[in-house]
Amino acid sequence: MKAAVSGWRVQRISAMVLAVCVTVHLITMIAVVHGGLSAGAILTRLHGNVVWGLFYSVFVLAAAAHVPVGLRRIAEEWLGWRGPSVFAVSVLIGLMLAIAGLRAVLALTGGPL
Amino acid sequence: MSELDVSHANGAAAAGRRKTPGRRADARARNHPAWWAFLVHRLSGLALAVFLPMHFWALGTALHGAAAFDSFLAVTRQPAFVFAEWGLVTLLAAHLIGGVRLLLIEYRPWSGLRKDLIAATAGGALVIGLAFALSLTL
Repeated sequence: MKAAVSGWRVQRISAMVLAVCVTVHLITMIAVVHGGLSAGAILTRLHGNVVWGLFYSVFVLAAAAHVPVGLRRIAEEWLGWRGPSVFAVSVLIGLMLAIAGLRAVLALTGGPL
Repeated sequence: MSELDVSHANGAAAAGRRKTPGRRADARARNHPAWWAFLVHRLSGLALAVFLPMHFWALGTALHGAAAFDSFLAVTRQPAFVFAEWGLVTLLAAHLIGGVRLLLIEYRPWSGLRKDLIAATAGGALVIGLAFALSLTL
């Protein structure tokens, strides 16, 4: 299989980005969950914040690149589903994740208060 | 190796093959830290992939205002949600550290099985999961 189609490199490069993003995300979660989550506190932290907006956008795009390759590996190895159809479905899942994720970033950083 | 040795070795290999038809990987190949690390990485990745669309949808409720977002967050305060949340945080930590382990194995010089990295994955996921649990306000 061609390297571009197999997604091996996409998986690794996105993993490197995600390693940083997930570390930040875990630390943030442990910090903000203390005292309970509230919409007010989350939106106060994120609304209009360009740095968090960029961070979460990169996070979403890296995840949207990473997840489809992993799901495709599982489909290939455990379900025996191979070829162009599984590739097309995985790319579609990646696009949907990117759209849903960026929508969530927009909701938290630029949505209504 | 003499011809006699070769034929003996071939005979032993043939006997071995008869005991393991098709040379299929059996339980022995799987009851191993590296195989368990693979399984945890795969299953945690799958769980996170299933969770992600719900996570994005939930956060997207903020598009309808803070009140809509808050009414969703109220649902997540149920014990079952909190428990699932804790599980997902632990799985995320395991997938993170296990993933870094794979990157180190693939991109850095290495030798052997490096079970210390597998131990670090298990220990790190536990520590991060417990830190999150301790931080929870129920």
